[in-house]
Amino acid sequence: MIKLIVQLSSPSLLRSVSVDLNNDSSLLIDIPDALCERDKVKFTVHTKTTLNSFQKPDFSVSRQHEDFIWLHDTLVETEEYAGLIIPPAPPKPDFESPREKMHKLGEGEATMTKEEYTKMKQELEAEYLAVFKKTVQVHEIFLQRLSSHPNLSKDRNFQIFLEYDQDLSVRRKNAKEMFGGFFKNMVKSADEVLISGIKDVDEFFEQEKTFLLDYFSKIKDSTAKAEKMTRSHKNVADDYIHISATLNSIAADDNTALKQHLEKFAELLEKLRKVEGRVASDQELKLTELLRYYMRDIQAAKDLLYRRARALADYENSNKALDKARLKSKDVAQAEENQKQCLLKFDKLSESGKKELTSFKGRRVVAFRKNLIEMAELEIKHAKQCVILHSTCIDLMDSSFIFAVVQVRGRR
Amino acid sequence: MTAWEPPDRPRSRLAYCCPEKMAEDREPPPLADAVQTDFREVEEGEDLFVSTVSTAEQLSPTSPEPASFPAEDISTNSNGPKQEILLDDDQEDLFAEATEEVSLDSPEREPILSDGPSPAITPVTPTVIITPRVDALFDRSLDEDEEAEENGDTFDMQITVSDPEKVGDGMNAYMAYKVTTKTSLSLFSRNEFSVKRRFSDFLGLHSKLASKYMHIGYIVPPAPEKSIVGMTKVKVGKEDLSSAEFVEKRRSALERYLMRTVNHPALVKDPDVIQFLENTELPRAVSTQALSGAGILRMVNKAADAVNKMTIKMNESDAWFEEKQQQFENLDIQLRKLHASVESLVCHRKELSVNTASFAKSAAMLGNSEDHTALSRALSQLAEVEEKIDQLHHEQAYADFYLFSELLGDYVRLITAVKGVFDQRMKTWSKWQDAQVMLQRKREAEAKLQYANKPDKLQQAKDEIKEWEAKVQQGERDFEQISKNIRREVERFEKQRVKDFKVVIIKYLESLVHTQQQLIKYWEAFLPEAKAIA
Repeated sequence: MIKLIVQLSSPSLLRSVSVDLNNDSSLLIDIPDALCERDKVKFTVHTKTTLNSFQKPDFSVSRQHEDFIWLHDTLVETEEYAGLIIPPAPPKPDFESPREKMHKLGEGEATMTKEEYTKMKQELEAEYLAVFKKTVQVHEIFLQRLSSHPNLSKDRNFQIFLEYDQDLSVRRKNAKEMFGGFFKNMVKSADEVLISGIKDVDEFFEQEKTFLLDYFSKIKDSTAKAEKMTRSHKNVADDYIHISATLNSIAADDNTALKQHLEKFAELLEKLRKVEGRVASDQELKLTELLRYYMRDIQAAKDLLYRRARALADYENSNKALDKARLKSKDVAQAEENQKQCLLKFDKLSESGKKELTSFKGRRVVAFRKNLIEMAELEIKHAKQCVILHSTCIDLMDSSFIFAVVQVRGRR
Repeated sequence: MTAWEPPDRPRSRLAYCCPEKMAEDREPPPLADAVQTDFREVEEGEDLFVSTVSTAEQLSPTSPEPASFPAEDISTNSNGPKQEILLDDDQEDLFAEATEEVSLDSPEREPILSDGPSPAITPVTPTVIITPRVDALFDRSLDEDEEAEENGDTFDMQITVSDPEKVGDGMNAYMAYKVTTKTSLSLFSRNEFSVKRRFSDFLGLHSKLASKYMHIGYIVPPAPEKSIVGMTKVKVGKEDLSSAEFVEKRRSALERYLMRTVNHPALVKDPDVIQFLENTELPRAVSTQALSGAGILRMVNKAADAVNKMTIKMNESDAWFEEKQQQFENLDIQLRKLHASVESLVCHRKELSVNTASFAKSAAMLGNSEDHTALSRALSQLAEVEEKIDQLHHEQAYADFYLFSELLGDYVRLITAVKGVFDQRMKTWSKWQDAQVMLQRKREAEAKLQYANKPDKLQQAKDEIKEWEAKVQQGERDFEQISKNIRREVERFEKQRVKDFKVVIIKYLESLVHTQQQLIKYWEAFLPEAKAIA
């Protein structure tokens, strides 16, 4: 059982994923620490507010991942927010990868030197920690997106989530709700067919639809490929550990002029693998996580489009119902009222949807810009550091080699 | 010291062009002179050595026919005759022994020499498989040519293996390699010449050298390994990337093998080596095939050796040998481990290259799909950067392999040869001991016969005693000779190892630096594009 307590005092690295967060001081949320017990992560959600709707100005509660999911699903199912892009739910904490690697390391312990094993273990612990930090930040960003949204921040359930100091009892979807969820997904895919088939009269939405559908599949692909790339990078860094350790073993037994070279080379590789590791994790944060986040965000935007399409379908159905009612001269007033409601809903959705989608694009462009710049700058920084490390090593080796040659000549 | 330069290669990975051989980058490897002087410092028992040659007796107890040669026949080297042997000219002496060996009939050599004529090399459809030249990275000398110049002599020998050409078709097809020698040594009739050789020719050469020299303690560089899978692909005519890489790997290995062989002061003068490098036609070495008569004999001998090794318990009187043997055992284990780790690195770096390429394509598609103009352009630029980076990783993987991994592989095999030579010493000691036991028995038999009255048997016994006394003396001499040779060889080997590793480490580091510098360039070019997103 691993117990990890993480203090996140520094500004979250992932915040650059969505730039305009947490700057409204009337409601400030953060996750200052978290506790990891077995598979369960307990987040400490800390709120600081000047709003009267809250009982206290400064308070904290403990929440689990499932509570976040509950909050997200509740918001999605709220009619009132149908015209908004609901921030994507944070993904479940996934410690599978480092755990599997730790297991393999344990199995292969006999084949490594003690030094190697310790280093690999350190690497894995760092990886574990990185996954942990990432999941904390992703949960934090979710809450901060909500708090910065003019409508969503006022949601009653959101307030309960932040304030209620007991365990939220609706932690797990009961069987009925789960079935409901499954049914909902089925209906959704029907919607997918619906909106990809029908051409929208509204130019804006038609364009958005085409764009988002296409972009989603592309960005999903890019996310997967970026992830593979990062993993390969980590593998290379790990190999450096083994090579460095073996070189040290050889150097220890060596009593020729080669000893120094081997030691320096091993030392260099040890330093390099740390840099390579950082390159890999920076790439992951700035590129892979960026793509992953916006993939989920685009899914949320697509959801908005589905909801609007459903509202449109409802409106069209209500029209048909009205015509039928008029034909039969039965319940005409009711049908008229229904039709008016549907139209109202649809118009409201369209209006807020347009606003949301436009601001979404702006948000996305800004985030991409920031991350791409930061990634390029970090890559340059790391590469420059590598060059310095290498050059120092080569200079040291060169001088000692020339020195050795001079010695040989001197003897003759 | 020449810097590592990346091979010039076009973007597409499936078609390579064979750029100019970077011959200029290569400096002649060191030789005799540097080695000689070291010998002078180490060699104390030179008197012993000279006296061995002057007795001109048979050297190997295993030879069926004892032969005695007049000194003049011994050396084909113009400095030859033993009276002129200088104390500091050890090469000549070594060679003298070697030529005696050459003229003896040894069972293993017969099949090799009496091959049929070589098959007509009909370039039916000479399918030239074009590969990148990466071997030029393997520059085995640094300051050696300066040292050589200082000495006044120049060892100048450069061998290149190039132009692999497929000869024949189907399962009888093989690759022919062009072996070009450039030298100013008087051993050779010309300064520059080239011949065509196939892989089995190289194996045949090694086989001959091993049988001649290993049992007197010389470390004969091992030939590259056979590869059934690799060759089958080539025979079948699969012209894809992996078979092209296989051919390049083999070509590079053959070149390194030859360079190591001629670097050995005695081996370079061996007539088989000279013949290999010079003669247009070479008798086909069929005995290198695994299932030939000689091949089976080899396997049987190997098994017998393994059993003997277990049963021989040698009284090691010389701590140096015990220490060295242990050292080489340890080094063997460590190098194998290192080799495995580096192979894993090569594999992962290749993966990284592939994954980066695939991400680059995906990013390009994403850029196309993006409707914000500036961001779209930036994403396309990102795709281009990543594509260049994937090429970078690919080249680095090449350097990982050809500089680092192959060197380690070579040394793992070389150390096996070194261990073999130590085993030969054990065998020699064992023979000596056996001879002593035999002598003792003969003496006891003679003593018994003294009491019985059989004068003719007694005479025979006395003769036998004389015979075995000589054998014991020879055995002791052989043992001392092989011990001395091994000491010298190990010293030479260690020096070479230090040199090789130092050169390779520095070259490899330079390749890493180059990669990083390119990375800086690419990302710095990309940065303004990212900043331009409005």
